[in-house]
Amino acid sequence: MKRMLLTGNGAAAWGARLAATDYIPAFPITPQTEIIENIAEWIDKGDMDARMVTLESEHSMITAAASAAASGVRVFSATSSQGLLYGMEMLYTVAGWRAPFVLVNVSRGLASPITLEPDHNDILAARDCGFLQIHCATCQEVLDSTLIAYRLAEHEQIRLPTLVNLDGFYLSFTREPVEMPDAAQARAFVGEFDAENVRFRASAPVSQAVAVLGGSPYSYFRYESHLAALNALPVYDGIAAEFAEQFGRHYDAIEAYHCEDADLVLVMMGSFATKAKAAVDQMRQAGQAVGLLRPRLLRPFPAQHFQRLLAGKAAVAVIDQNISMGMGGVLHSELSSALYGQPQAPALLASFIGGLGGRDISLEEFFEIVKVTRRAAEQGEPLPPRLLYTENELREMRKLQAVASVERDELGGGS
Amino acid sequence: MYRIRFHGRGGQGMKTASRILGTAFFLQGYEIQDAPRYGAERRGAPIFAYVRADHSPIFERGIIHQADLIIVADDSLVPVPGAGVLAGISDRTVLLINSDETADTWQHRLNIHNLILTLPVETEDREALRFIGATCSGAAARLIGDISRDVLQQAIRDELAVLGDQVIKRNLSKALAAFDAMAEHAGCVSQSPAADANDYQQPDWVDLPFDDARISAPDIHAAANSVEVRTGLWRTLRPVIDYERCNKCWWVCSTFCPDGAIAVNEGQPVIDYDHCKGCMVCVAQCPPHAIEAVSEQLAQAQESSVADTQTTGESS
Repeated sequence: MKRMLLTGNGAAAWGARLAATDYIPAFPITPQTEIIENIAEWIDKGDMDARMVTLESEHSMITAAASAAASGVRVFSATSSQGLLYGMEMLYTVAGWRAPFVLVNVSRGLASPITLEPDHNDILAARDCGFLQIHCATCQEVLDSTLIAYRLAEHEQIRLPTLVNLDGFYLSFTREPVEMPDAAQARAFVGEFDAENVRFRASAPVSQAVAVLGGSPYSYFRYESHLAALNALPVYDGIAAEFAEQFGRHYDAIEAYHCEDADLVLVMMGSFATKAKAAVDQMRQAGQAVGLLRPRLLRPFPAQHFQRLLAGKAAVAVIDQNISMGMGGVLHSELSSALYGQPQAPALLASFIGGLGGRDISLEEFFEIVKVTRRAAEQGEPLPPRLLYTENELREMRKLQAVASVERDELGGGS
Repeated sequence: MYRIRFHGRGGQGMKTASRILGTAFFLQGYEIQDAPRYGAERRGAPIFAYVRADHSPIFERGIIHQADLIIVADDSLVPVPGAGVLAGISDRTVLLINSDETADTWQHRLNIHNLILTLPVETEDREALRFIGATCSGAAARLIGDISRDVLQQAIRDELAVLGDQVIKRNLSKALAAFDAMAEHAGCVSQSPAADANDYQQPDWVDLPFDDARISAPDIHAAANSVEVRTGLWRTLRPVIDYERCNKCWWVCSTFCPDGAIAVNEGQPVIDYDHCKGCMVCVAQCPPHAIEAVSEQLAQAQESSVADTQTTGESS
């Protein structure tokens, strides 16, 4: 196995290539574009035997992806942020087709105000659409998860499209050493896509995704998709075990880092979780029993895994890189519902919001999160949700607002 | 862990420089992470890139706040606040600046006592500017001290492979010259430890106050506010009109200017240097070849010497 330097975008493209993808409908958006640029170059040079088509929008791109998947070919596509939301109608629609393909999302904060840097509100907006979701924290994981995602999506007990998520900038443009799987071995691991009876063929007319009138058939179809998504929990565990056996890399549904003997556990998703790992290392060195849980699988939600891993812990601090307006952190509420009423559930489940729009989280902030959470747990007091935002940042914001006012006056704008 | 930051202008090859250094570390047996940080990509605007290297897997991510080595490819960036060249420096941060000013001058100017090294600017040789990225990575490799000359060469060959042998050869010669020139300071950059979890600077978190929408909506209630952004700061070349040669055609340069930075008053074209980004489209388009491209650095040096003379003249 060869080790080389790859960006997260490069790793995603390699995943599509090693999975022997046939068809790639594409539409550009920062910070994802490099993925389709890589693939386009390979196809152009003859290194990859696939067909790429640029569509006029993400809405069409997702429609094309699922249509091709419904005809029995292996499909890959990629998008980000506003693009994912522009295709939102079709995300829900094609999940209902039960047409399996892999869509990579490079997370980027949503407008307004518009930004380029990452948080998870884009991918979480697609939380309920029927796509499965795998969240990555390293470039290696992006490549490996793409391979795993095909196995998951195409599995006969599942048959749902799958999103693989990586963070813009922190992974998309960041190079790290990546072990390149042997092409033949990767190909054998992913296997052939057998669409069985869920496919369009020449001279075999079929109507897919028909309309239903009345809640009863509608309920049936919707709930069947839910059951298929739930099937992905045990199926994922099996595929991950097979992957570990063949490639030596372990991808449990939830990554647990120094968790076993920890009394306080941090929970977060995505690449910022490796920063939390660095903080856990420092806290361990300082004699603190702190651990980290990072769900790779968000849909289906690995509730039982969480219940088992967090049983008996004194306190949990969830750091959400997203915000549901009027509610708070999405992972915090999902975890709360998974732990509510469990006999050995931690007494304190604290909520922190950090990393919105790529706002950095420093090591010191992780230390402080642990300190205030531990203090509240010891004193048996509730801890209100906390946005990671410093006085200095507010001062800078006030300065920007002052500059904006001065400019407004200088330029004779409205009051 | 080594934490290294490259600062330059869009187009100067800072991303490539960081990749050459990242690959060199990797070939030398390190775990690495390298990344550029840009907004909307644009030539001449301040950009930076960074490299982390360690002997164990790297969990830190994102912008390097406290760098062990800061490399500045364009010294005009140092005073630009938005470039953040000096962000997070400590006493042990080494600075390498591509500048004709001496290290003493920079220490005095910035009022710091850090080790500052300079790469002499080859203003006479305009070609050399094209290789500033490789030059910076060569110098950085030697200052770190743990990267061999052979590994540096291999890293440059790997990173520039698609550009062909000629380009590689010229980059190699610049990078190796810089590597050799830094021999005296080999290994002056030291690795820094991570923050101590029992003894750290507590973040001064604040509870965000509610501001009503008149304040908290992301709006600026004014027309034409883009004039406040002095995009002229991005310029590395300055177009200068020779009015003797200008045939007062009224429109060619001003029409082709993609930024609307040339106004024509009574047949006289005037360049708005606050907003000219130095793309040189006007230089290429002017029919009588009346617009010349001048190095921005030289033009500024001339301006300040003229200003000095005037000041001296007035005071005496």
